[in-house]
Amino acid sequence: MYTGSITVAETPLLRYVLGRADDALVLGHRLSEWCGHGPMLEEDMALSNMALDLIGQARALYTYAGEVEGAGRDEDAYAYLRDVTGYANVLLVEQPNGDFARTIVRQLLFSAFIDPYWRALMASTDQTLAAIAAKAEKESAYHLRHASEWTIRLGDGTAESHARAQQALDELWPFTGELFTVSAAERGLVDAGIAIDPEALRAGWHAIVARVAGRATLTLPADGWMQRGGREGRHSEHLGHLLSDLQYLQRAFPGARW
Amino acid sequence: MYSQSLNQQVADTTGPDDAAAAARFQTRIDAEERIEPNDWMPAAYRRTLVRQISQHAHSEIVGMLPEGNWITRAPSLRRKAALIAKVQDECGHGMYLYAAAETLGVTREQLVDELLSGKAKYSSIFNYPTLTWADIGAIGWLVDGAAIMNQIPLCRCSYGPYSRAMIRVCKEESFHQRQGYEIMLTLARGTAAQKAMAQDALNRWWWPCLMMFGPPDAQSQHSDASTRWKIKRFSNDALRQKFVDATVPQAHFLGLTLPDPALRFNEATAHWEFGEIDWTEFKQVLAGNGPCNRDRMAARRAAHANGEWVRNAALAYAAKERARAAAGAA
Repeated sequence: MYTGSITVAETPLLRYVLGRADDALVLGHRLSEWCGHGPMLEEDMALSNMALDLIGQARALYTYAGEVEGAGRDEDAYAYLRDVTGYANVLLVEQPNGDFARTIVRQLLFSAFIDPYWRALMASTDQTLAAIAAKAEKESAYHLRHASEWTIRLGDGTAESHARAQQALDELWPFTGELFTVSAAERGLVDAGIAIDPEALRAGWHAIVARVAGRATLTLPADGWMQRGGREGRHSEHLGHLLSDLQYLQRAFPGARW
Repeated sequence: MYSQSLNQQVADTTGPDDAAAAARFQTRIDAEERIEPNDWMPAAYRRTLVRQISQHAHSEIVGMLPEGNWITRAPSLRRKAALIAKVQDECGHGMYLYAAAETLGVTREQLVDELLSGKAKYSSIFNYPTLTWADIGAIGWLVDGAAIMNQIPLCRCSYGPYSRAMIRVCKEESFHQRQGYEIMLTLARGTAAQKAMAQDALNRWWWPCLMMFGPPDAQSQHSDASTRWKIKRFSNDALRQKFVDATVPQAHFLGLTLPDPALRFNEATAHWEFGEIDWTEFKQVLAGNGPCNRDRMAARRAAHANGEWVRNAALAYAAKERARAAAGAA
């Protein structure tokens, strides 16, 4: 029976799994906001497809979180009953859609990170995570291709699309540093071969983004101050509004099954 | 979803020169042959199909909006994924219906312009609001259920590309309908508040769904030509009755009450008889005065306008790529 907000046991593995699940859910939710409003029907289809992939990944990870915690919670308990400070996604994925360029560049920056991440995590000593990673990698490879192609089209399209894509890249860049952070608790999982060290992926990520930006005639911003805090539950104001939509029915009708 | 263009009058402007071709065409129709894009067809047949298929396509695309309204608020991750997939299906239906219309010599861009300018119509049902989660169940169950009643006969429509599109659309719509009914069943067996939500949705959607079939036969302008050409195979009232007969027992199984005090089963005819439909409301919605007509058109126009720079960028990039390829080949 669902009641009010839940607080989960902060074990390193649970926190880690929830963080990855939250990344997928929040980004999937953002992409789903485009459904019916895309710049062309083909993109309504594509963005919805990616939203479905990401929500599917989130469901697998939340279900695993339930097993890890062992408190009898299902996927919906984690998605619908944690407050904003309980969410552990990176700040990048909760940034609003903005225009199509901003959505695409956000997707590029995240996919260029998460696709190699899933590939590396397929070697996790945790069999469940390795299996989830293997499925997710196939999907994120397509997301990366889609975002790359569109970034190139927008950057090397018209003067207007170039300016919009450059602005999106400039504004989202400060959220990329957080992708590579590792908490002290997560460090132990890395050492145990359960999680992987994202720092090892940084050069590869940068190379992908630089190659796409180059073909798109976009300029990579300099690495200045990087925003962080999402993994620790310190979010932008945007996430609370996203959650008040997402969680509305579960909060308004406590305990009801849908 | 559904097009109400079946109910519009068409003038058969086949000229005397075409009389022999028209006779051959009608012979093929009568023999239940499918007409394909490169076959000769009367100009009025072509016009009728363009209008009907494009209005059907527009209905699919506008129909994404009322359901899309609940994607971000779906009550569970399973429901959220199912709803996104469903709305995405509607988008896919729109795309292949536009493609079917394009086989008749029009472009998707022309057809979309006609929708956005207000010249083309879409189904009246999408001008009603989705106020609660139960509306998502009611739309799947009733709106898609009504659409299926209309579309099953269209699977045998004389125009090949349209009939083939309808076969695929019907398969997906029947899945949507079961999904919608399952949402309603869950609510009906849930808490008192959930059951009240389901009842309220049924109260609001029932009559507009009956209107989806178009005016009564006695007042219908539907053309004899559409029937002769085997585009339309059943009358509005016949399809409406079929829908009511199928749906009333489903509502009873849910333990919900249909909002029609005149509803009664006629043992002699084995049909459910129902009360008077408010055709004034129907006409007002068609005239643009439904609760959401302005919002729906505003949303489609905004998506189109906000996407213009994206479409221009894609075209500009494609032109640059062609120029680069030509320069590379030279």
